[in-house]
Amino acid sequence: MAEATAGGAHETLETTRRDFIFIAAGAVGAVGTAATIWPFIDQMNPAADTRAMSTTEVNLSQIPVGQEIKAIWQGKPVFVRHRTPAEISQALRDDYAQLKDPQMDEDRTKQSNGSPGKAEWLILQANCTHLGCVPLPSFDPGYRGHYGGWFCPCHGSDYDTSGRIRQGPAPKNLYVAPYVYLNDTSIRIG
Amino acid sequence: MSGSSTYEPKSGFTRWLDKRLPIIRLTHDSFVAFPTPRNINYWWTFGAMLSLCLGVQIVTGIVLAMHYQPNIHDAFASVQRIQRDVPFGWLIQNLHAVGASMFFLAVYVHMFRGIYYGSYKAPREVLWILGCLIYVLMVATAFLGYTLPWGQMSFWGATVITNILGAIPFVGESIQVWIRGGGAIDQPTLNRFFSLHYLLPFVIAGVVVLHVWALHEAGQNNPTGVEPKTKDDTVPFTPYATMKDLFATSLFLILFATFVFFMPQALGHSDNFIPANPVQTPSEIVPEWYLLPFYAILRAFDFNIGPIDSKTAGVFAMFASIGVLFILPWLDTSRVRSMRYRPAARWWFMIFVAVALALGWCGGQNPSTVLAQPGSFRATLNWIANGQTSQQRIQVASPAAFQAASDAAEAQLRAQGATMTSVVRESGTTALALGVSRGSPETRVITAATSDDLEAEITAAKAQIGGSSPFVAIKREAPFQFTVTRFAQLLTAYYFFFFIVLLPLLGLREKPNRVPDTIAKSVLGQTQGAS
Ligand code: HEM
Ligand code: FES
Repeated sequence: MAEATAGGAHETLETTRRDFIFIAAGAVGAVGTAATIWPFIDQMNPAADTRAMSTTEVNLSQIPVGQEIKAIWQGKPVFVRHRTPAEISQALRDDYAQLKDPQMDEDRTKQSNGSPGKAEWLILQANCTHLGCVPLPSFDPGYRGHYGGWFCPCHGSDYDTSGRIRQGPAPKNLYVAPYVYLNDTSIRIG
Repeated sequence: MSGSSTYEPKSGFTRWLDKRLPIIRLTHDSFVAFPTPRNINYWWTFGAMLSLCLGVQIVTGIVLAMHYQPNIHDAFASVQRIQRDVPFGWLIQNLHAVGASMFFLAVYVHMFRGIYYGSYKAPREVLWILGCLIYVLMVATAFLGYTLPWGQMSFWGATVITNILGAIPFVGESIQVWIRGGGAIDQPTLNRFFSLHYLLPFVIAGVVVLHVWALHEAGQNNPTGVEPKTKDDTVPFTPYATMKDLFATSLFLILFATFVFFMPQALGHSDNFIPANPVQTPSEIVPEWYLLPFYAILRAFDFNIGPIDSKTAGVFAMFASIGVLFILPWLDTSRVRSMRYRPAARWWFMIFVAVALALGWCGGQNPSTVLAQPGSFRATLNWIANGQTSQQRIQVASPAAFQAASDAAEAQLRAQGATMTSVVRESGTTALALGVSRGSPETRVITAATSDDLEAEITAAKAQIGGSSPFVAIKREAPFQFTVTRFAQLLTAYYFFFFIVLLPLLGLREKPNRVPDTIAKSVLGQTQGAS
């Protein structure tokens, strides 16, 4: 560097031109490398056919009071639960309990178009918000919860009759699946 | 330690080859003449077993891949077909499945050895870090491989682990979808997991080459932690270390064969004999035994830490528990390498081993199992028998105003002479306030061992009190319960305490025993060292 100062203007000019070529070549090379690598990374993202939005229709008349079915929507299970009056009133009462993720039961039965749903029908994404297991409903022999809704066997998250997290490691309530009523006895999820 | 080569080609061909590719020279210098500390003990034989395990996994794996079908409809059946129909498929499949467990068994001994004898300290930091990298790659490979048979544990283990990645702040969800190739574990996931499971062992093999290279540059550590100084301190690798490795490896193979031939399923989980079902979670999801300690750390966080929710905290702790190994060379401040001469550190290390094993135990248990409960559940029931009941309706405009209105109603009832009041909420905005006056106050205390028993007894007591009182005030007290989760929290705390607090402080404060001057002296008994 000492030489560059001593060498005067000529030397500095030449260094600058070379620097420019280096940087320009380096930049083109970096962009080229990134552009080459990107397809190899992006190929792992969901393919067009996987991504294509799908919806699922469920006939509610087949589900007796106190029971639930698991519908499959986009490869993931969705709870469709027909709640008993006792479960509904427990959910309403628990609106005022100490909640980790406070939410009104009324908001949890809402349809995706914003209009209110029906208290008897709870449509929830069935993956525990902890690490994604499918919790067991209160009428399952493996149920070990205390709040009457679902119990996740994986790490013990306990959900109430509104699918709200009450105890255990899950951070959030079970997510409400987007759905609308097609008529009185059927819904479309998605 | 490299020194000058002692290899002398003997035949015309080897002389010719030595000028062109000195591969025999390299092998001779690395595995025959290589100077090995003369006091190395059997804890130093696990590296050889690990090399063997890697070879076994690669060979059996390539054979399995000739028959396995990475397709969600056929994968499960294709593994069964290997077990039942492919000639010797049962043997090769068992070797591969049991081999994974044996691999981890050996690596854990190898790693504990490294910690006890301070093998991570200068000049072996890079050697140690490469080892940690190998371990991480092993975990990844084992996880990917466990998904392939597409049983219930395969599917749900993959679901849980990919969900763990979703907890990474900001980018977690994109990474999760990217890894799965969709919203859920499905065909794209299985396909790529197969591809990567085939790839990673070769990456491991590459890192092992670097690991052994680093080993040969720094030289092997030894139980005294004293560097070899003269020729007296070392012996040639062959036959001394070679024979010792062979003997220990033979014992290891006996254990290996016992599992392969007599109890091939003992280390697995029976749920993985049920084909994957995306709508039905098995009653408990547990990883393979060698990942249980980390699973226990993940689950220990059932509480939020300030703005960090419990899930993110658990995931962070789990990664940190492996990550901390990478910086271990800079956490341990002791100038003495081997814990043989560090009497205090040695005890803390023994506790650390016990804690790691106990974490493994916790990882396999139901987290809410109660291990100890010093007290019992108690409920105090208060009511007024044969009093006079008065009531008042509460009706407010919005739930926000409810509390004030309810307090006011109770105050009013009390002002009218009620000695006990209660509010029965009917909805967000309506309730019924009850008060009783006169009558005789009654109290009853109920105790029970479990909360379910307590509730049953409360219900019975209420039925008995029945109509004589409009309501019963119940105060419940839960005893402290020492659950598996609590236990795991204590153990997790020790795990991090050991690395982050103890090793840095102990190295500065402890008084180590006298370290022998040379390896030869320690072996020939001139210096009194403990075991
Ligand atoms: C595929 C897995 C691995 C293989 C095949 C392997 C192989 C070896 C071999 C052959 C040696 C020399 C013999 C011995 O000292 O036992 C060695 C040494 C060593 N390995 Fe590994 N290793 C593996 C994983 C690991 C891991 C996971 C760690 C630690 C995190 C580790 C840390 C070390 C250290 C510190 C040494 C130097 C030992 C000493 O001289 O004190 N290795 N390894
Ligand atoms: S996945 Fe449900 S509690 Fe962990």
